[in-house]
Amino acid sequence: MQNILTYILFSPLIGILLLFFVNKEKKSLIKYIGIATSLVTFALSLVVYVGFDSANTHMQFVEQYPWIAGLDISYYIGVDGLSLLLIVLTTFLTPISLVASWESITDRLKEYVAFMLLLEVGMIGVFVAIDLFLFYVFWEAMLIPMYFIIGIWGGKERIYAAVKFFIYTMAGSLLMLIAILWLGYYASTLPDGYFTTNLQKLYQIAPSIPMNIQLWMFAAFALSFAIKVPLFPLHTWLPDAHVQAPTAGSVILAGVLLKMGTYGLLRFCLPLFPQASFAFTPLMAILSVIGIVYGALVAMVQTDVKKLVAYSSVSHLGFVVLGIFSMTEEGIQGAIIQMINHGLSTGALFLLVGMIYDRRHTREIAQFGGLAKVMPVFTTIFMIVTFSSIGLPGLNGFVGEFLILIGSFNSAFLGTHTYTVLAATGVIFSAVYMLWMCQRVFFGKITHDENKTLVDLNKREIGLLIPVILFIVWIGVYPSTFLKSSAASTKQVVTQMVNAKTGNVQSGITSTIK
Amino acid sequence: MYSLAPLIVLFPLVGFLINGFFGRKIKNETVVGGIGTAAVALSFIVAVGIFVEMISLPVEHRSQIVSLFQWIAAGSLSVDAALQIDQLSIFMTLIVTGVGGLIHFYSIGYMHGDTGFWRFFTYLNLFIFAMLVLVLADNYLFMFLGWEGVGLCSYLLIGFWYDRNFEKGTTADAAKKAFIVNRIGDFGFLLGMFLMFSTFGSLKYETVFAQAGLFERGNEVIMWITLLMFVGATGKSAQIPLYVWLPDAMAGPTPVSALIHAATMVTAGVYMVARSSILYALAPATMEIVAIVGLLTAFFAGTIGIVQNDIKKVLAYSTVSQLGYMFLGCGVGAFSAGLFHVMTHAFFKALLFLGSGAVIHAMHEEQDIQKMGGLKKYMPATYKTFFIGALAIAGFPFLSGFFSKDEILWKTFADGSPWMWLIGALAAGVTAFYMFRLVSLTFEGNERFDHHHVHPHEAPKTMLYPLIILAVLSVVGGFVGVPHVLGGALGVHNYVEEFLEPVFAPANAKLHLPYHDSAGLELGLMAVSVAVGLAGIWFGRYVYIQRKDIAESAAKKFSGLYKLLWNKYYVDEVYDAVVVNPIKQTSDKFLWKIFDVQIIDNALNFSAKFIETTANIFRKVQTGVVQSYAVIFVAGILFVLGYLMIQ
Repeated sequence: MQNILTYILFSPLIGILLLFFVNKEKKSLIKYIGIATSLVTFALSLVVYVGFDSANTHMQFVEQYPWIAGLDISYYIGVDGLSLLLIVLTTFLTPISLVASWESITDRLKEYVAFMLLLEVGMIGVFVAIDLFLFYVFWEAMLIPMYFIIGIWGGKERIYAAVKFFIYTMAGSLLMLIAILWLGYYASTLPDGYFTTNLQKLYQIAPSIPMNIQLWMFAAFALSFAIKVPLFPLHTWLPDAHVQAPTAGSVILAGVLLKMGTYGLLRFCLPLFPQASFAFTPLMAILSVIGIVYGALVAMVQTDVKKLVAYSSVSHLGFVVLGIFSMTEEGIQGAIIQMINHGLSTGALFLLVGMIYDRRHTREIAQFGGLAKVMPVFTTIFMIVTFSSIGLPGLNGFVGEFLILIGSFNSAFLGTHTYTVLAATGVIFSAVYMLWMCQRVFFGKITHDENKTLVDLNKREIGLLIPVILFIVWIGVYPSTFLKSSAASTKQVVTQMVNAKTGNVQSGITSTIK
Repeated sequence: MYSLAPLIVLFPLVGFLINGFFGRKIKNETVVGGIGTAAVALSFIVAVGIFVEMISLPVEHRSQIVSLFQWIAAGSLSVDAALQIDQLSIFMTLIVTGVGGLIHFYSIGYMHGDTGFWRFFTYLNLFIFAMLVLVLADNYLFMFLGWEGVGLCSYLLIGFWYDRNFEKGTTADAAKKAFIVNRIGDFGFLLGMFLMFSTFGSLKYETVFAQAGLFERGNEVIMWITLLMFVGATGKSAQIPLYVWLPDAMAGPTPVSALIHAATMVTAGVYMVARSSILYALAPATMEIVAIVGLLTAFFAGTIGIVQNDIKKVLAYSTVSQLGYMFLGCGVGAFSAGLFHVMTHAFFKALLFLGSGAVIHAMHEEQDIQKMGGLKKYMPATYKTFFIGALAIAGFPFLSGFFSKDEILWKTFADGSPWMWLIGALAAGVTAFYMFRLVSLTFEGNERFDHHHVHPHEAPKTMLYPLIILAVLSVVGGFVGVPHVLGGALGVHNYVEEFLEPVFAPANAKLHLPYHDSAGLELGLMAVSVAVGLAGIWFGRYVYIQRKDIAESAAKKFSGLYKLLWNKYYVDEVYDAVVVNPIKQTSDKFLWKIFDVQIIDNALNFSAKFIETTANIFRKVQTGVVQSYAVIFVAGILFVLGYLMIQ
C-alpha cells in the first residue's frame, strides 16, 4: 500500500516490458497483454479511490525520493481531491480504448499497444506529480506517444495533424518550463532560500511574488494550459488532431489530455498566483464564454460527425474553465465533475463515431440517415450519450453544468452575472447541434443503400460502452459518490483564494522556506 | 399512507425499466401494455390512498415532505430528491395518473400491431415518472429534473415514428423543434433558479417561500425571478412566443397528443406558476405579463384554429388557447381557478384527442377533416363522446368546462380588467365556433371520403371505454368547483378552491384581492359568456352543416385574413428568417469557414511560415565555413574596439 501510486504509475511499463518478448504476429496475445495490464492499473487505482480519505485536505499516498538533490528536485507524488477522479478516469478509459482498437488497428499492433501504455504512464504522471519538474517531465513525455499514435495510425492528413498538435503544445510548454525554472530560482533568492520545484513549498512562497512578475508567471503557465484545454482562440489544433487520430487516440485525447489543461489551471495557476489569477479572471472568463458559444455554433455547422464532436469539446471545456475561475465551491466542484463527465460522454461519442466509421468508412453526416431502423442498439446508446452531453438532468452532464453555472452566477470574483447568462445559452446550442446531427444520422428514411445492410453493435462493442453508460447514469442520479471526494480539497482552494482576495494573510503563506 | 408516496414515482419507473430492458423480448402486446398500464394504475391507487388520508387530516398537517436521498450537494448548495406531498401536488398527481392511466389503457388498442409497441409503453411510463417528479418535487431543481424529463419523453414520442414524413420534413424535425424550443424556455428557468439561489440561498420550496414572505410586494429581484421562470413556462406550456412547437408535436401518435400535449405535460407551466404563487404574488408586474400573455395566446391561437383542416392541429391550437386561459387565471391571482381548468381541460381535451385518434384510426390515418364527414353513422359512440367533449370545451352550461372557464373569466373581470374579460369571452366564442366546425365537418354532413379505400368503423373496446369514462368526467367533473353564486344556495361548495386554499393562502394574503359581493354582476357576465358560447356552437353547426357556402365565400372575401390565419400568422417563417437562418448562416459561412479556418488557423500557419522564413535567412549565416566565421569574428572585435575608442 505504501508505494501504491508508484505501482499505478509504472504498472503499464510492465506490459510494455512483456511485449518485448512477444512475437509481433501474435496479435491476440498482444491485445490481451495490453488490456490485462491496463485493467491491473485500473484495479490499483480503485484501491487508491477506496482508501482515499475525502475529509483530508492534504496530499495522500505521498511518496518522495530525492532526484536531483542539489536543486531540491524530487520524485514527489501524491493524490488529493483535485486529482483523484482524474486518475481513475485515466485508468478507466485506457482499457476501454484498447478494447475499442480490437479490430480497427491491425498494422504495427505491438508498437501501438506499447504507445498506449506509455501514454497512460505519462497521463497518470501528470496527475500525481507534486513536484513541478517531475510534472513537466510527464507533461512533455506524454506528447511523444500521442504524436506517434496520431502520426502512424491516423487518417490521411495525420502527419500535418500530428506536427500541429506537437508544435502547438510544445510552444506553450516551453514558456511553462521557463516559468518553472524562474520559480525555483525565486525560491533561492529568499532569505535562507534554495532552488526548489517542490510544489508544496512553492504554494507557500509563490503567492508573495511581486505582482508584475506574478502576472508573467501566470501567463506562462496559463498559456500552456489554455492550449491544452483548448481555450478559444487556441483551439484550432484540436479539430485536426481529432479527425486524424484513430478512435482510441481521440478517446484519450478528449477524455484525458484536454483535462490536463484545466487541471493545470486549478492545480498550479490559482494557488500559486492568486493575485495574478484575479487580474486574469475577466480575460479567462471572456475566453471561456466565447469558447462555449463559438464552439457550439461552429459544431452546429460541421458536416463531419467527428469534427462536430471535436468542436463540442471546445464548448464543454469552456464551461470547465468558467467554473474554475468562478472560484466558488460550487463552480470548482462542478468543473471537476464536468471534466469527468466530458471524459465519459465525449469519450463515448468518439467510440461510437469510431464504430460507425469502421462500418462505413465515412463520417460525413450526409452519408447517413435512418440508421435507427438498422442499428437500434447503436442508436439507443448514441442517444443516451447525446443527452448526457446535452446536459439532461438525471444524466451526468447536467450536474457539472448546473454547478458551474450556479457557481459562476454567484461568484464574487467574476463580479457580474453576464458571463453566466451568456454561458447558459450553451444549454440551448448544445441541444441544437447534437439533436440536429442525430436527426440527420439516425432518423428519417434510409437514403443510402449502403446503410441498409449495416450490422448493429456486436457484444464487444456493447460491452465496452456499458461501463461508460453506467457511470453516465450513476453520476447523474447520485453524484454525491463523486462530489464528496473533491469537496474538501475544493473548499481549501476556495478558502485560499478568498483569503488572498480579502488580504487575510494566510498562515501558510510566507516569504521564507520552512 | 404518506410514507408510501415514493411508490407513486417508483411504479412507473419500474414499468419503464421492465419494458425498456425486456419489452423487445416479451413480444406479447398484452403483457407489455399491461405492465405499462398497471404501473400507472398502481400509482393512481396510492395517490388516491394518500388523498383520502389527506382530507381526513387537519389542514395544518396536510403538507409533508418525504425525503428520498441527497441529490446534488456542493458548497452551500444542497438539493435533495424529496417529495412534497400537499394539496397541490396530490391534485396534480391524481390528474396525471388518472388520466394517464386511461390513456395507457387506450394505447393498448391504438398501438396494436405497431412494431414499436414496447418502445411506446417504455417512453410513456418514463413520461409518467418524469411528470410525477415534476409535480411532487419539493424543490425547484428536482422539479427541473422532471421538467426536462418530460421534455425528453415528448421528444422521443413526437419522433416515435422516426421514419415517417411530417409536413415539410420528418417527425424528427418536429421532435427536435419541440426539444429546442423548450430548451429556450429552460434557459430562462435555469437563470431564474440561479437568481433564486443567490437571493434565498436555497431552491427548496419551504425555505424559499418562507423567506419570500419577508419581501415587499414589487421587489425587483423577485420580479426577475418570476419573469425568468415564466419564460420556462411559456416554453413548456406553449405560450406566446414559444408556442410554435406544440402544433408540430402532433407528429406523434395520438395518445401522446392526448396525454403529453394536452392533458398533462403542457400544464406543467401552470403548475409551476401556481406552485410559486407567493413569488408571483410579490411581483405584480410579472402577474400582469402572465395575464396578458395568457390572454393573447388564448385569443390568437383560437383564431388560427378556425381555419385549420387537420383534426389534430385544430385540437392543438385549442390546447394552446386553453392553456392561455389557465395563465390568465394565474395572472389575475385566481390560482385555484387556473388549476381547476387544468383538471377539467385534462378531461375534455384528453377525450377529444382520444376521440380524434379513434377517427384517424377508422379513417386509415387520414387527418384532414375536409376528407371526412358523416362519420356519426359509422362510429356513433365516438361521435357522442366527442360531441360531449366539444360541448364541455365550448363552455356549455353545467358541463365541466363551463365552471372552470367561467371562474377564470369572472376573476379576470373582478381582479383584472373589463377589457381582459371581453377578449377572454370573445375567445370563448371563437373556441365554441371552431370546435363545432370540427365536429360538423368530421361527423356530420355529407361523406367526403373515398368509400372504396376507407371503411370507417367504430373503435375497439379498449379505446372506447376510456372515451366513455372521460366523457362522464367531462360532464360531471365541474361539480367539484361550482362557484358560490350558483351553488351557495344549494349548499354546494367550490371544493377545489377550498381544498387548494391553504397552498395559496400566503399568496392571497399578499395580493389583498378585494372581496366581491356582487352576485348580480357575476351572474350577468356568466349569462353573456354562455350566450357567446352558445352562439359559437350554433354558428359552427349552421355554417358547416347547412351553409358551407358561407364559409367558402367568407374565405374568398377575406382572403388576406384567411391566408394569414391559414399560415398561422407566419410566425414560424419569421422565426426562421430572423433567428434560425442568420445563426446558421453566420456560423457556417463566417465563424467556421472564415474566422476559424482562414483567420485563426492561418494566423498560426502564418507564424509557422514566418519562423520558417526567418530561420532560412539565419540559416545562411551558419555556412559551416570556418574562414567566414573568423572574418566576422575579427570584424566584431574591431567594431567593439572602435566603439570603445570613440567613447
